[in-house]
Amino acid sequence: MANTQAMCTSFMGELLTGTHNFTPSTGDTFKAALYLASATYNASTTAYSSTGEVTGTNYTAGGINVTNANAPASTNASATAGTAYWTPSASLSYSNVTLSTAFDAVLIYNSSKSNRSVSVHTFGSQTVTAGTFTLTMPSNTTSTALIRLATT
Amino acid sequence: MALVFTTKGEMDESLLEKKEGFVDNDNEYTTWVEYWHEGELVHRSVHVTLKKTVQLSAEAASFN
Repeated sequence: MANTQAMCTSFMGELLTGTHNFTPSTGDTFKAALYLASATYNASTTAYSSTGEVTGTNYTAGGINVTNANAPASTNASATAGTAYWTPSASLSYSNVTLSTAFDAVLIYNSSKSNRSVSVHTFGSQTVTAGTFTLTMPSNTTSTALIRLATT
Repeated sequence: MALVFTTKGEMDESLLEKKEGFVDNDNEYTTWVEYWHEGELVHRSVHVTLKKTVQLSAEAASFN
């Protein structure tokens, strides 16, 4: 049992049906939920679930809203290749929480579309005691954005 | 006088033992800070910066 960093396969299929809208303000609402190190979230995850989610003081099931002020962008690298990319515009911050059981993953999911999953991101196992857990987002570029769709 | 939010409410930092650490690898850069009071962990905060992100590879089929 372990969480594995991955883009969710169902999300890739849902891109082809126009399910997800990452447009700031007028698009969908995305959320970020934390999962225990004992959970099993990975590419096969299709939607948010409370199974294996962290529990603790000041943590609300379902996690927190993802701040989205970055419109999805796309850049051509050549005549045959390019990258589309998106990154939340602010860090994910869980304030004044106590999460006593080790956790090591965050699930990004679309709460506007039946909580369908987007991606799983893992990190070293952590606990928090009367403190703040912050996930700083990478730079929103073709090579470092949190989510990238690329041709080579 | 800096105050620290703890399991026992806000406490003066001078009354607490502070421990800090970090993890730096291909996947993340993580820092953490702990405050201990009389041998008891009363505060732990963690700051993770993800380095490795997820990428979907797209491909268009050719007809020849």
